[in-house]
Amino acid sequence: MLAYIGRRALLGIFTVWAISVLAFAIIQLPPGDYVTSYIAQMASMGSVVTDEEAQNLRIQYGLGQPIYVQYFKWMRLIVQGNFGMSMEWRRPVTEVIGERLWLTVIVSVAALILTWVLALPIGIYSAVRQYSVGDYVATFIGFIGLAVPNFLLALVLLYLGFVLFNAHIGGLFSPEFQDAEWSGARAWDLAKHLPIPAVILGLAGTAQQIRIMRANLLDELRKPYVVTARSKGLSEARVILRYPVRVALNPFASTIGYTLPYIVSGSIIVSLVLGLPTVGPLLLKALIAQDMFLAGTIVLLLGVMTVIGTLISDIVLVLIDPRIRLEET
Amino acid sequence: MVAEPLLSVRNLKTYFTQDEGTVRAVDGVSFDMALGATLGIVGESGCGKSITARSIMRIVDRPGRIVEGEIHFQRPSGSGGAGSMVDLAKLEPNGALMRSIRGAEIALIFQEPMSSFSPVHTVGSQIIEAIRLHQPLGRQAARERAIEMLRRVGVSSPEERVDQLSNQLSGGLRQRAMIAMALSCEPTLLIADEPTTALDVTTQTQILDLMRRLQQEDGMAIMLITHDLGVVAEMATDVAVMYLGRVVEQAPVDAIFHDPRHPYTRALLRSIPRIRSRTRERLTPIAGAVPHPYDRPTGCPFHPRCPEFMAGRCDREAPILRPVGDHHAVSCFLYE
Amino acid sequence: MAEPEAILERGGSPLGGPTAVADTREQRIFVASQWQLMWWRFRKHKVAVASAVVVASFYLIVLGADFLAYADPNASEAHRSLMPPQRVYWFDGGRLSPHVYGLKGARDPQTFKRVYVADPDRKIPIRFFAEGFEYRLFGLIPTTRHLIGVDGGADATQAVFLLGTDVQGRDLWSRLMYGTRISLTIGLFGVTVSLILGVVLGGFSGFYGGMADTIIQRTIEILRSIPTIPLWMGLAAALPRDWSVLQVYFAITIIISLLGWTELARVVRGRFLSMREEDFVVSARLVGCSQMRTIFVHMVPSFMSHIIAATTLALPAMIISETALSFLGLGLRPPAISWGVLLQQAQNVQTVAISPWLMLPAVPVIIAVMAFNFLGDGLRDAADPYGR
Repeated sequence: MLAYIGRRALLGIFTVWAISVLAFAIIQLPPGDYVTSYIAQMASMGSVVTDEEAQNLRIQYGLGQPIYVQYFKWMRLIVQGNFGMSMEWRRPVTEVIGERLWLTVIVSVAALILTWVLALPIGIYSAVRQYSVGDYVATFIGFIGLAVPNFLLALVLLYLGFVLFNAHIGGLFSPEFQDAEWSGARAWDLAKHLPIPAVILGLAGTAQQIRIMRANLLDELRKPYVVTARSKGLSEARVILRYPVRVALNPFASTIGYTLPYIVSGSIIVSLVLGLPTVGPLLLKALIAQDMFLAGTIVLLLGVMTVIGTLISDIVLVLIDPRIRLEET
Repeated sequence: MVAEPLLSVRNLKTYFTQDEGTVRAVDGVSFDMALGATLGIVGESGCGKSITARSIMRIVDRPGRIVEGEIHFQRPSGSGGAGSMVDLAKLEPNGALMRSIRGAEIALIFQEPMSSFSPVHTVGSQIIEAIRLHQPLGRQAARERAIEMLRRVGVSSPEERVDQLSNQLSGGLRQRAMIAMALSCEPTLLIADEPTTALDVTTQTQILDLMRRLQQEDGMAIMLITHDLGVVAEMATDVAVMYLGRVVEQAPVDAIFHDPRHPYTRALLRSIPRIRSRTRERLTPIAGAVPHPYDRPTGCPFHPRCPEFMAGRCDREAPILRPVGDHHAVSCFLYE
Repeated sequence: MAEPEAILERGGSPLGGPTAVADTREQRIFVASQWQLMWWRFRKHKVAVASAVVVASFYLIVLGADFLAYADPNASEAHRSLMPPQRVYWFDGGRLSPHVYGLKGARDPQTFKRVYVADPDRKIPIRFFAEGFEYRLFGLIPTTRHLIGVDGGADATQAVFLLGTDVQGRDLWSRLMYGTRISLTIGLFGVTVSLILGVVLGGFSGFYGGMADTIIQRTIEILRSIPTIPLWMGLAAALPRDWSVLQVYFAITIIISLLGWTELARVVRGRFLSMREEDFVVSARLVGCSQMRTIFVHMVPSFMSHIIAATTLALPAMIISETALSFLGLGLRPPAISWGVLLQQAQNVQTVAISPWLMLPAVPVIIAVMAFNFLGDGLRDAADPYGR
């Protein structure tokens, strides 16, 4: 089992490295660099940047050297914990990102938990009572979840909230708690605002997991060991929950791991629509401004977050399924 | 005084109703089983043998249901009065009474040793579950009983096996484990649905020997469902031949083999390859094919393939099971 | 599995008894080819069939977008900015005569802003097959006929806007028609690229196994663990601002399919893996078929139906991706028109609260995605004879 986890961790590290390369490459793709757009920005405000100043800036940000040198410089800084300066905000990147990354994590995890909590029972019910009214309703809602892109759902809900209830349902905090220090009250405020983003983000994943659980369970329900369990005299509920559900849970658990990247990336757009103080809106602005360190760091951190989440789900899978554990011994 | 039969099935009908039509899987099956006897139920694939077994256990899958018939079962003494009879067909399939009978008084082993155990639970935990479901034993005591059962059925190193997953056991061992699980609560009736079909011949013999030995030790009755007449000849005391959901002939094993009356039984016996037949002699299959379940023939179900077909009678009415000798009953107009 | 063309035996018994008469319906099932079986199973799925009709209609719109639009999608008229959808009146004095009311300017007494109100005195009849702006039917035939329009042809000062106008005064209905064209075709190109990548890489992986399989598998896993939107945003933002609409179009397609092929590759690989051990493949090799022949003549037809199903299911993802990117402003840019570009105008609540019709492009997105999903599901169910 340790070997299995070790392999997954190694793969995770590879993934993080790949992401860092991609992140860096993306930042470097646009022609010109930050200094060019900085100069343009200054010019539009009426001030002029001399060539000397531009050159100094370039040296300062290491922008004149070959790509791979810049990459290694960046990596070295990161390993030391220095994520660089945001050129646009003139502050360390970590400061600019601040609590946004944690909020992204919180929203994503909330969506993930919601997915689990909803998909599992609904999927089981759908499979056991196949073709019943409940099954059709669940399938239908599932399709709605799959068909309506999350950001559109967010938009529609915002609109309805505004028009029907005259309430602004976006954001993660009430205005008074927005920039306050962390406290119990603030945490409670956050919790009150979480359900809507969590539902919007998690709906598509929930729909998919319901279908997967339903399909898996339907497959398992036909298998002989279910007959064995029944013939022992177990009650129907125990038969279903203890045997086919446990077996169907394995592929289900492994797909949860891949829901996380989807949720995280979905949160980017949904945050934009709902105005959540997470990493999404920040990333968009950084990309447009070619703020290299900021954008690259955000993409890297998002990737790391996702990889960690996937690794955790792999570990959970191993704990659930003894078959994998045994394969390694 | 004639002892009450252990199991008495009367006119059992289990139908599956689907959009495309109704499949009459079991269409009027009647037979008796005596205490401690071995009844072999033979027939081709699709004749309803397994569904009969499942109907008795009341574990028929939807959309099947028992639409008619009675299943009288004699419960062992000590469970609500000595020798009390209960009609299993009338019980709630998932109700407490049926569930206390199922697994404890009637046990089922079936064909697929490869997938009859849950792949994610240990063998032991599944046996222990069966034990603790019906007997008031603590965890440790149940575990010891499970080990003891495994030993009884011939599983080597039972103390280790009990903690293994089913995919770590060979097919033969798995079938033995199944038998251990089925017998763990000392049932009076063991239904074995094609228990050796998926096993190789050597293992087959071992399993059959095991079943015979256990039967002698415990005095339980065995309902052996199979399409293999050789197995029946070895194990059964009585035989019921089924075709398309009906019993066409029932007799003691000797009578079936030496004095078959029903044309189908005769054709079955004729079709067995003989070791002493001349080389290059043609085998004699039964003419025609088993009809499609939605397309049953009218009258006697066998008439389209019957060499003794009597036009006007056999395709109009269906014969019923009538006695033609000592414990010998046939369902055929030739004998009316 | 290979084609199930068993012939039901209808022999007579040598002893002279009557034969078992099989239903002709059953016999038809036995002799039907794989595709016919698939079609019959598909037909039973009412929802899937309905979805197929919807999808077909969408693509008809793609073909006939010019005809169905009635206003030049790029013609902006500042004074028609943000008009709400007009109500169509079907009867005029008892006769069937669809028309809308003209608009006249007025000053809102409270805000002193210019607003437009319906003018019941000016009735603008809607003509069918009316004259409008010029375009080329099927790209070949120049014509000015459109499905509907108003009198006066292309220079009409009075106009109809069924779904309202956007902030630049452009008619939303017409832009929606053109947007359908781009949104639905970008998906097709993207899926084709994903298909090629997925089949080739998945096939390699599944058929040859070994090191190639491991490398490709790990790559797929790495790609699947990456959150896609930030990556797409990055790649799309990297596209030079001065690229032409067409270049951006294709670049976006490639970007989206670069991550989308993993799903198809997994399906293909899975199929190859399970089929490698099948008896019919082994016998093909034993008979002497070359590897190429084994793959293309024997194996590929077996899972063709699965590929079709998986491809159909990959389309909605493409559509949503493009819509999302364009919505953010990172995908297609004006003057290109897609559903996402149209939705860009609906980015914040304030705008939408005043002009909710700007959200209407969301409707075809939802319908298209649902239709493709149902269709793909139906195809997948029909392709797999053992699923139920």
